[in-house]
Amino acid sequence: MRAERRERVWTAEWTDRRWIVVAGAVLVGAVLVGASLGPAGPSWWRVPLEMLNRLPLVSIDSGVTDTEWNIVWQIRMPRVLLGGLVGAMLSVAGASYQGVFRNPLVDPYLLGAAAGAGLGATLMLTTGRSATEDWPIDPVQLVAFLAALLTVAITYMVGSSFGGVRSGSTLVLAGVAVVSFATALQTFILQRNLDVVREVFNWILGRLSGSTWSDVRTVTPYVVLACVVLMLHRRHLDVFRVGDDEAASLGVSVARTRLVIVVAATLGTAAVVSVSGLIGFVGLIVPHVIRLMAGAGYRRVVPLSILFGAAFLILADVPGRMLTSPAETPIGVVTAFIGAPFFIYLLRTRKMV
Amino acid sequence: MNTRTPRALLALVAGFSLVAAACGSDDDATPADTGSAATTTATEAAPATDAPPATDPAETDAVDAPERIVSLSPTHTEMLFAIGAGDRLVAVEEFSDFPAEALELPNELSGFEPNVEAIAAFEPDLVVIGGDFTGLGDQLDAVGIGWWDGPAAVTLDDTYAQIEQLGAVTGQVAEAAELVAQMQADIDAIIADTVVPDEPLSFYHELDPTYFSADSTTFIGELYSLLGLRNIADGAEGDSGGFPQLNAEFIVSADPDLIFLADTKCCGESAETVAARDGWGTIAAVVNGNVIEMDDDIASRWGPRVVDYLAAVSAAVEQALVPG
Repeated sequence: MRAERRERVWTAEWTDRRWIVVAGAVLVGAVLVGASLGPAGPSWWRVPLEMLNRLPLVSIDSGVTDTEWNIVWQIRMPRVLLGGLVGAMLSVAGASYQGVFRNPLVDPYLLGAAAGAGLGATLMLTTGRSATEDWPIDPVQLVAFLAALLTVAITYMVGSSFGGVRSGSTLVLAGVAVVSFATALQTFILQRNLDVVREVFNWILGRLSGSTWSDVRTVTPYVVLACVVLMLHRRHLDVFRVGDDEAASLGVSVARTRLVIVVAATLGTAAVVSVSGLIGFVGLIVPHVIRLMAGAGYRRVVPLSILFGAAFLILADVPGRMLTSPAETPIGVVTAFIGAPFFIYLLRTRKMV
Repeated sequence: MNTRTPRALLALVAGFSLVAAACGSDDDATPADTGSAATTTATEAAPATDAPPATDPAETDAVDAPERIVSLSPTHTEMLFAIGAGDRLVAVEEFSDFPAEALELPNELSGFEPNVEAIAAFEPDLVVIGGDFTGLGDQLDAVGIGWWDGPAAVTLDDTYAQIEQLGAVTGQVAEAAELVAQMQADIDAIIADTVVPDEPLSFYHELDPTYFSADSTTFIGELYSLLGLRNIADGAEGDSGGFPQLNAEFIVSADPDLIFLADTKCCGESAETVAARDGWGTIAAVVNGNVIEMDDDIASRWGPRVVDYLAAVSAAVEQALVPG
């Protein structure tokens, strides 16, 4: 009896590991593909060779010129890495929100992170101006980030003032109200400042096209911190699946744990949205795809969301820059275009509950 | 019973507008002619605003030249001042900032989301619209205010045609003809003075910091073509109506000789900010100091100041060919 149970646990852990290894390999592959393919620069197969060449103690003649490497390293690499960070963050935040609110339709923007960031950016773009080179941080990004956090905080306060922290759905509804309010404010401001409409819409629409190393440096700490916190709480998310009261009876402090998870997911989402805008679909669908493929346990869904989410956005960005080259195809179009049919296929074949 | 008369009148006016639109839309197939699709309509308040340009100016002046004009487009505000009709403007829309006299006029009106009541409050007898997207013309017809619509020009000929039409509707025919002739002469002189090397210089026209650009089928793109420059945005597939968003890798590898920034006012871009972008330091235009800061406003309007824009481009070409 005991041996059998140990064996089952062992099997589950082995499957966990196997999934992590698979997802890790997919992510490495995605980074290589992302770094190798682009509308300009060297032939695709030369890029991995040149990367090896750049490693210490390795010398391979890849035939990549300095100009070509400049394109790969200065323009393509930050884009690939930022895509990975954004994809990982949105997916894991989506998975965590879905778990904490026990609601499959929830996405990372639910509590107002995106609406707040959009409002903040609109305010900055209409009043002042963005990046002056001597500023360490783009003020538009900074204000968007702070406004995103503030908006989620307001949602949380509104939601819990009705005794709603015990029930996740009150918070979800508070989110709907606060998002509508922020969006209305933003529309009002925009309507009085039509000269910046194009800029604002450009900003709000998700994009990886202008990614820089400084963007990568800006979001990395937040994404890493959020991912670590969410990883540490993945077993709590499993407990939430049975219901708030049951979770409480199992010894989980529901309100506090929910707050920690929401704060971590929001911090990362706000950082990501403030540099790359609103990229839809990833945070909603990637966690579901993972549940369909690997099972609904958060012990597995959280780490796999990070790895597969990163790989998915990196790969989705490849057609984004290749399809209409040298023009850009918006990333949100590609994620939905590839992701939606794949998701429907999974739904049909796996019969999700 | 008494509702019938206005309805019949409306039907008549609507019918007239349709005919006018239909006449114009014959040319729609060729983008080069969209400017001539500018519709003019007449109501009781301005009965002859659709008079052909051939009308004797003196006669037009005496009988029906509008006395109170509202301009809903910065380009047409510039045109109206340039043909000597500026003193009859009673209000302009919010972005009309040139010439300086325009700034002294009431400028609360919106050209993008025009409010017919706010416009009517100025009691105009002619409203100049820069592209009627909201059905403003029909609303103005309903309240008996004359209007003229000139959508964004696609070629220089559209600009000339619009100036001449504005001359006709405001009774400034001779001044308009003179302005067009002067512009044509100036532009010819600039073209003649600009050296075109055997290997044409390439350029990148930047609309905003996310690398939206304009290809040669656009109005601004045509100006560069006149000076024999090669546009790196040409041939971008998935062309979004002549304004594709270019990929940064592509721009760096296309290695343009010149970069024209039309996002200096809107977005604070400058030669310094461009040079500081990751990976842009190797572009010929950056290396040789040929990143030129243009005036966003002139670049986005199709008025008389295109001559100034062309002169600035010509100067940049000269600078690029004779370094130092």
